[in-house]
Amino acid sequence: MNIWYYANPERFAGLARTLLPWTMGLALILASLATVWGLAIAPPDYQQGDAMRIIYVHVPAAWMAMFVYAVMAVSSALAFIWNHPLADVAAKASAPIGAVFTALALVTGMLWGQPMWGTWWVWDARLTSVLILFFLYLGYIVLWSAIEEPARAARAARILALVGAVNLPIIKFSVDWWNTLHQPATVFRMDGPTMAPEMLTPLLIMGLAYNLLYVAILFMRMRAEIAERRLRTIRLGLEPAGS
Amino acid sequence: MTLQSFLEMGGYAAFVWPAWGLSLVALVVLTLVSWRWMRRAERLAAASSLKAPDADPSARPPSEPVA
Repeated sequence: MNIWYYANPERFAGLARTLLPWTMGLALILASLATVWGLAIAPPDYQQGDAMRIIYVHVPAAWMAMFVYAVMAVSSALAFIWNHPLADVAAKASAPIGAVFTALALVTGMLWGQPMWGTWWVWDARLTSVLILFFLYLGYIVLWSAIEEPARAARAARILALVGAVNLPIIKFSVDWWNTLHQPATVFRMDGPTMAPEMLTPLLIMGLAYNLLYVAILFMRMRAEIAERRLRTIRLGLEPAGS
Repeated sequence: MTLQSFLEMGGYAAFVWPAWGLSLVALVVLTLVSWRWMRRAERLAAASSLKAPDADPSARPPSEPVA
């Protein structure tokens, strides 16, 4: 299969239409499984008690907050290299999804921090860099809507997405580089996860569910964006009818 | 495990349930908003590509108002 075949926006929209029910269906099944497992089956933590169950929604949201931004940055780089509209569409469609995941990571983190640390918020390096990530998403979304001419908006958005990507390694390594209140990595670390398997399994299932949900929503938003671009082209009278 | 003790979440109910509830609500709303946007955009695009007799504005019948 030639991936360039699907670089055509209309063909991509067709592919997204086929894959959407599968990604959404699998996301719902895995999320249901991880919910029952995380809330009822997994044991409470010996230090954190049942407050640890917040981790099953906090950590996947935080993973996706970074993953979606990475997708946005890579798409923006590809958009610069090939000047392909689909790359801009992917980045633009990702931003609101990433913003929601980041907001959820922050809010669920606060709900965990209050009982565990005794405070909703501290200005430590991890929390601050994730808050900056949230503002990068918002800035990116605003940039698209603030600039009237699509080509200029796309260019400005690509630059912001790429410049903002320096924040990603800062988030990842903030817990190692600075003395943060936020605990260091327990899953993605060089010497393997340090979490007990009965907690790690539902966490990874929920992480996979969040990832599939992102893909499903991305398909929807990309289809919407492709349709809107087509509509704009038709209205400008640049495209023969029925093509 | 009783239902009562499950709902109490070992005394952390005020933190665990809002965290899960907000996650559920936010992701469901995002999904629905994206779905509706997609449906509306694709309907509009399909309708206007059927309606336009020709993309070239000069070739349109003179009775059609020019936007």
